[in-house]
Amino acid sequence: MRIVTVRRISQVFFFSLFVWLCIVSTVGDKLWQLRNWPINWFLQLDPLTAISTALTTHTIYRTLIWSLIIVMPTIILGRFFCGWVCPFGSLHHLVGLWANKKKSASQKVQLNKYRKAQCIKYLVLVLFLSAAAFPSLAATLQTGLLDPISLITRSFNLVLVPIADRAANISSRFYEGAWLIFTIFLAAVLLNLVIPRFYCRFICPLGALFAVLGRFAIWRIGKNQPECINCKLCEQSCEGGCEPSGNIKIGECVLCFNCRQDCPHELINYQTQRSSAGETSPDISRRGFVLSVASGVLAVPAVRLSNKLGRNWHHKVIRPPGALAEEEFLKRCVKCGQCTRVCPTNVIQPGGIEGGLENLWTPVLNNRIGSSGCQLNCVACGQVCPTSAIRAITLLEKKGLGEFAGAGPIKIGTAFVDRNRCLPWAMDKPCIVCQENCPVSPKAIYTQECFNTIRDGILTVKVATDKMIETVEQTTLPNKFASGDYYCAVEGEKKRKITANTESTIEFSPDENFGKIPAQGSKIEIQIRLQKPYIDIEKCIGCGICEHECPVSGKRAVRVSAEGETRSSDRRLLLKR
Amino acid sequence: MPRLQGRVMSVVSGSDRVKTADKAIELLGGIERFAKPGDIVVIKPNAAFASPPMLGATTNPDLVAEVVKLCYKAGAKKVIVTDNPINDPASCFTISGIGKAATQAGAEIVLPGNHLFKPTTLPGGTLIKNWPIFFGPFEKADKLIGISPVKNHHRSGASMVMKNWYGLLGGRRNIFHQDINTIIAELAMMVKPTLVILDGIETMVTNGPTGGSISDLKRTNTMIASCDMVAADSYGAGLLGLTVSDLPYLKKAQAAGAGTTDYESLKPILTAVD
Repeated sequence: MRIVTVRRISQVFFFSLFVWLCIVSTVGDKLWQLRNWPINWFLQLDPLTAISTALTTHTIYRTLIWSLIIVMPTIILGRFFCGWVCPFGSLHHLVGLWANKKKSASQKVQLNKYRKAQCIKYLVLVLFLSAAAFPSLAATLQTGLLDPISLITRSFNLVLVPIADRAANISSRFYEGAWLIFTIFLAAVLLNLVIPRFYCRFICPLGALFAVLGRFAIWRIGKNQPECINCKLCEQSCEGGCEPSGNIKIGECVLCFNCRQDCPHELINYQTQRSSAGETSPDISRRGFVLSVASGVLAVPAVRLSNKLGRNWHHKVIRPPGALAEEEFLKRCVKCGQCTRVCPTNVIQPGGIEGGLENLWTPVLNNRIGSSGCQLNCVACGQVCPTSAIRAITLLEKKGLGEFAGAGPIKIGTAFVDRNRCLPWAMDKPCIVCQENCPVSPKAIYTQECFNTIRDGILTVKVATDKMIETVEQTTLPNKFASGDYYCAVEGEKKRKITANTESTIEFSPDENFGKIPAQGSKIEIQIRLQKPYIDIEKCIGCGICEHECPVSGKRAVRVSAEGETRSSDRRLLLKR
Repeated sequence: MPRLQGRVMSVVSGSDRVKTADKAIELLGGIERFAKPGDIVVIKPNAAFASPPMLGATTNPDLVAEVVKLCYKAGAKKVIVTDNPINDPASCFTISGIGKAATQAGAEIVLPGNHLFKPTTLPGGTLIKNWPIFFGPFEKADKLIGISPVKNHHRSGASMVMKNWYGLLGGRRNIFHQDINTIIAELAMMVKPTLVILDGIETMVTNGPTGGSISDLKRTNTMIASCDMVAADSYGAGLLGLTVSDLPYLKKAQAAGAGTTDYESLKPILTAVD
């Protein structure tokens, strides 16, 4: 079999595997659902994640050791990952082929020639690593913005698969700001119409990393004799834009092997010696390098001038249970969206920039979206986090049971009742849906009973008996007070529940009597019994089910914000815990 | 409610859900009275919360499975178990154990989807007007069996058989909490179950309807089967230490003709199994 065919099979295999792993990231136990599929496999193979988290945290999360499977062969073989494995690369490869299939050979050679701007990707890499490398200044992990594995995982899981799921009636998940993820994905794909593998050649920081790692590869593409007829056919399908016909830019070569196949005279080989026509390493100017390092190093403190990690932290940045303290979290989160994808209630959302630029696409809970806040008996997000930005906690730890009883449950925020919007507090309407749905025991939402005299509710007695009072006023809608929530208050008497009414009479249950029948002309009050909700902040875990269920559907009358979250001591509310 | 032939209510005391339910149904004339060969039977459990079975916030999965099996034994063509829960529907059926138990017993689980809701107006109703009702799974049903636990409920007083029909409401149903008694009574007017089973083997006496701790449950060892849901709930109120007048929706449902709060008048058969 020709090596190009093997490469194509490999690309199809890994791309299909990638799509399959996106599909199976669905909670459930069917074959096409979560079970034990290695859904993080591509993310774990990504050495950029391993290296950049090692820079920010000085540790390597154990599953990222898998990236050695890619690093080792890259050192020996070159950028095989880009040409053979990377699902994003394969997508670009395919789109680029399709977009340019009708072009002539000479046009294709033009498209695939080396461009100086291809060094930008190295500067992107240097910029990101510099931003990650100096924790004494301030380090942040932003590789996930452009890391192709994070980017395609996020784009598939938070945009393409949800659209397909909706069309197939499998689920209806929503993702706030998904349009931006989609726009960037689409732009990256459409740029192949301008230049094939645009993203790989100009932007991809992971490709740049592989180019550096593969600099001293033992085998490399090259010509086995310096002279040829210069037909340039080897460059018509060159995926990397590395100019194999002449002085090959070896760092750009993605090992597609098209040149080897296209050379009519078999002058191009995958060999141990350098190309007879010459070879050039990644072309980064010293000036560009220094500027990138400086930009990366300065970008972090510049972004942090908005003080989103300090006193100006955003109260709506509610992190999933088990998330590390914010600064540590930002050193690990690669914005891959796996937690967001796997959350069974769809409450985890890709963050926007309201919590700071670094918050973009990191997991944030939005209780207005999804099926029911953060589910009490669920720890799925931490189980799938590839970098442990969200720890893999157990249910016992989340709920503060067993050995975690001393620490108490993990709080991700605290609910606050907005007394200006709450139906019982502000509008004299019974409700307490929030209290009903509070899942902790004892409930963090409790109520206090009160009886409020309704508007125009002071009436004058015309005739009264133990079972019924006829009033002078004739204003009431029939049976308006018969809901079981209305009472009649008479001075010196126990309040009596109203069971029925007409325009001018109210009736009571026959089980009870007045101590003294109200006199003609005396005043009675129609009152509504209300249960007003209060939050017990010692019990509230911030799960947001109350906010999700609150019938005040615009700006909810009970809302969670991140105060009191367990992960940060400086955001606590309680004096003691 | 049409006049029923034969016994209308049975109450069995015991500690075993399956045995007491079997006995309670047998006392009413056996499952054959309620499920005929070829029937499509829909079972509506309380699967409102993603809470494990031991916490009693949802209908016990063994009990659901037993009723499914009984229906098939009586020759039912198909048994559907369905609910439109409060928490995430798939999680509710998984974590409550109802999904697995019912599927293993041969039932089909139907989760709510937009296409299963139909705007419905209840004749004589004041709240259910052009409101989306979870009607899809019931469309072709010949029989309907409601199975509910007995639970404390701060707003309505108690969540039992009638409150469990809340699961049939779609849309922004939480706004009905403003008039909880009326909506429960209207649900009782709208739904015509063949049989209801009220599981008071354990009663959630505090922190309902979510519970969340074993200490919220109290052993009350009572299983009620009835063709009259108002009577079943009126009896169940006693398990929570409540009276009929503590739950205004009972009287409202009675006034609407959904059943009687005076369960004694039905001469319920009382017995015990070990």
